[in-house]
Amino acid sequence: MAIEDDVLVIGGGLAGATAAIAAARGGAAVRLVTYKENTLRNASGLIDVLGYHGSDEPIAEPFEAIPDLPDEHPYRKVGVDAVRESLALFDEITEDFYEGSHTETNALSPTYGGRVKPTSRYPASAAAGLASRLEETLLVGFETVTTFDAPLAAERLDSSVPFDVRGVTIPFPGDYRADARITRLAGALDADDVLDRQRRIGTREVLAARVAEHLGNAERVGFPAILGDHEPREVRESLESELGVPVFEVPMGPPSLPGMRLEDRLERALDEEGVRVEAGNPVVGYDEDDGRITAAYVDRGRRRVPYHAEQVVLATGGLVGKGIDSDREGVTEPVFDCHVPQSEDRYEWFHDEVFDDQPYARFGVRVDEDLRPLSSNGKPEFANLRATGAVLGDYDLAREKSGSGVSLSTGLVAGRRASEDLQHNE
Amino acid sequence: MSDAETSDEFEPVEVFPEAESGGMDLRSGADDCYKCSTCDSECPVAAVDDDFPGPKFQGPEQWRLKRKGDQDIDDSVMNCSNCMRCDSACPSDVPLSQMHNTARGTFVENRMEKFSREYVRNRILSNYGTLAWFGSKAPRLANAVMSSSVVQTINEKVMGITAEREFPEFAEQTFRAWWEERGGARVQSDEKRVAYFHGCYSNYNTPEVGKAMVRVFEEFGYEVMVPPQKCSGTPMFANGMLPDARRAAETNVAELSTAIEDGADVIASCTSCSLSLRQEYPELFDLEGIEDVSAHTYEALEYLRIHEDLSGALAESEVDSRKFAYHAPCHARNQGLAGQALELLEGVEGAEAEDVGDSCSGISGTYGWKTEKYDTSMKIGAEMFHHMEDAEPDAGMTECPTCAMQMEHGTGYEIRHPLQVVEDALLG
Ligand SMILES: Cc1cc2nc3c(=O)[nH]c(=O)nc-3n(C[C@H](O)[C@H](O)[C@H](O)COP(=O)(O)OP(=O)(O)OC[C@H]3O[C@@H](n4cnc5c(N)ncnc54)[C@H](O)[C@@H]3O)c2cc1C
Ligand code: SF4
Ligand code: SF4
Repeated sequence: MAIEDDVLVIGGGLAGATAAIAAARGGAAVRLVTYKENTLRNASGLIDVLGYHGSDEPIAEPFEAIPDLPDEHPYRKVGVDAVRESLALFDEITEDFYEGSHTETNALSPTYGGRVKPTSRYPASAAAGLASRLEETLLVGFETVTTFDAPLAAERLDSSVPFDVRGVTIPFPGDYRADARITRLAGALDADDVLDRQRRIGTREVLAARVAEHLGNAERVGFPAILGDHEPREVRESLESELGVPVFEVPMGPPSLPGMRLEDRLERALDEEGVRVEAGNPVVGYDEDDGRITAAYVDRGRRRVPYHAEQVVLATGGLVGKGIDSDREGVTEPVFDCHVPQSEDRYEWFHDEVFDDQPYARFGVRVDEDLRPLSSNGKPEFANLRATGAVLGDYDLAREKSGSGVSLSTGLVAGRRASEDLQHNE
Repeated sequence: MSDAETSDEFEPVEVFPEAESGGMDLRSGADDCYKCSTCDSECPVAAVDDDFPGPKFQGPEQWRLKRKGDQDIDDSVMNCSNCMRCDSACPSDVPLSQMHNTARGTFVENRMEKFSREYVRNRILSNYGTLAWFGSKAPRLANAVMSSSVVQTINEKVMGITAEREFPEFAEQTFRAWWEERGGARVQSDEKRVAYFHGCYSNYNTPEVGKAMVRVFEEFGYEVMVPPQKCSGTPMFANGMLPDARRAAETNVAELSTAIEDGADVIASCTSCSLSLRQEYPELFDLEGIEDVSAHTYEALEYLRIHEDLSGALAESEVDSRKFAYHAPCHARNQGLAGQALELLEGVEGAEAEDVGDSCSGISGTYGWKTEKYDTSMKIGAEMFHHMEDAEPDAGMTECPTCAMQMEHGTGYEIRHPLQVVEDALLG
């Protein structure tokens, strides 16, 4: 038994990372194995706890709304306090990199589509853009960054917020191919590439000068979230000092720089807690003895290597992260084949209207109060397996805007309980 | 009994269920792409080279275009360094590097002038083993010639091989010559047997890595076999020289299959070699025994970790106090081995190792040797150089011989292979 740890976490997204950190803090020797990149690169980087429930009205006080959720909802399993504590852990890990911890009330952040979205924690880079700051706003888009149409977003925002919003589209300074990746543009801002050698003017200064022409009475300026890959604070601050007004980023879809920056922070935190991280290969099977998982098998090409652990946490994500699989036959959890409740009739998986409450969005494993996946007869599938994050069913992260909150809180509880169970066994 | 389980029934490579005559159909792989751009954001070449359209284009998009009409493969595919980072990034399991390798092969076959300087240069670089074979016949002379400024200038001007780099020195004695002189294996065992795939580099340039591997495995009671072998093919895939790679693969698969029949597992000390045997061979060629070789190939330390109590043995060991700056090669990352060396050294008294971050080293085998790619290669490596300098190590450490070259070239530090450090720890 060469590869052996106390706790094995499967999946390296927000849920798996939180579970691993919590278990390590509980004193366990933890290994995290993950397959591919997680969904943070697709997500906006906003940490949503609960934005909507049951109506189109955004929720102002997410913690007060949690008790109204149905019994099966993951938040009800872990309880409001665990949600609070998991956010505290998040705040600690992300330090000054995120804001929002001063209040329990949801903030309203503009989105790249020109709406406002209720969220609990937001990157410091997005702070100046919140809708609660009633300041006249200029949104700046770039000709080549077609995923953010600043004039359109501004028009939509303007009709829903009590302050003026204008939008302009300008060329990004420097000479880039028409479909240059945003990471490339972010890198140019990081490096402040020199554009005019004689006068020693860099990318940031040229950008500020182009924006200044459109500034007018605007009291803040928003850009798509491409202001620096490694040095976002520096980039923002130099633009602010050139423009004389606060600058913010509007969270974007994939690939999401705020998501990637958060990923870096999580990696660092895992490293500091002594979690052993292995990426690149999927877990594909397991050994079982008397209702307990004794080993999980990692697929390394054409061989399967056993990883032994006393406690296992499943954090493989949902349909996007591949923690839940679906085909014509049904919906499954592919690693441990945990039961996924579903209607016999495939036509009941979805409703006709896209924005309806979709049953498929809630697909996932069902768990008990201790986050143990339940089989179809309502008993835990394994005594030492817990599930966390998007692999869980009974919540609709897209509709509720609860994705990150569920990943954080269930991750915290699963990791903690896994390490506590070790101590009980001693 | 071995703790690792090798599945008996192999599934053929399912990414191309509808293999067509004369070529592979990558449609199903292309269809899995949902254009999230994660691969693009991980590509080290795209990060510094504005003209490189990135893996998403090279892979699924180019495949779709190509299937629509007689669209030629875009020449930008030659700017991909075959680091295979895009492979490990894609959440949807699109076989990107397989697409790139195949596209590069088609491009070289159909569109590259066979007498062009670029073709000839690429052919020479990718057949490094042949060059090294000549070099090994008179290493001192070859070293003197290769490092002379006249030859460097000719290389640069005529061949397009950068004069910025020091040509790697040929060892006085190759690994194979040492092995023969030693009289082969010193441990005989029917139960524990490994066939060593040393690759070109540890044979001709760094035989001390091969020797370390032999001594460490013998310490654990393994009988080591050293079958005849050719280049793993890695530089050939990266240069689109698929027929060359196939020829080498034919020899390797045949020889290694025989060793496997004799009860051996295959181990490699170079992570690109193990990746090639494991993943690229069965993705690109259809040879008798190829699946078997793939299933039995391991990286050396990976093998010991699975089959022996390596960390236990290391916990009782000690080395002279030394701090290493470790760089995980992209191809180690790809096999899920990126954290392994650091984890092992954690337990060794005296050894301290620091990860210098997850950036690519930038050299990618032959890539950084090409005059026109040199700057790109150094730009990619810049992050690693900075981290190494910040870490202020006594030496660098990595599994990949060309990453080691780049680390040394960019920082001046001496670079060790983890196997050498493990050898020091276990055998003093
Ligand atoms: C497009 C998109 C936008 C989003 N936007 C927001 C937002 O604005 N705000 C918000 O709060 N939330 C958002 N979310 C949701 C949020 O990102 C997720 O709810 C949450 O991060 C999920 O985390 P996770 O750790 O459960 O899963 P994931 O992030 O999916 O991670 C799962 C990990 O497990 C790995 N894995 C899968 N199978 C295996 C296996 N067999 N073996 C080993 N590893 C495996 C995967 O490779 C992956 O790395 C968004 C999600 C998506 C997809
Ligand atoms: S990461 Fe995969 S799915 Fe995403 S764009 Fe690249 S190939 Fe397509
Ligand atoms: S193999 Fe490396 S260089 Fe080539 S496209 Fe993929 S990530 Fe980019």
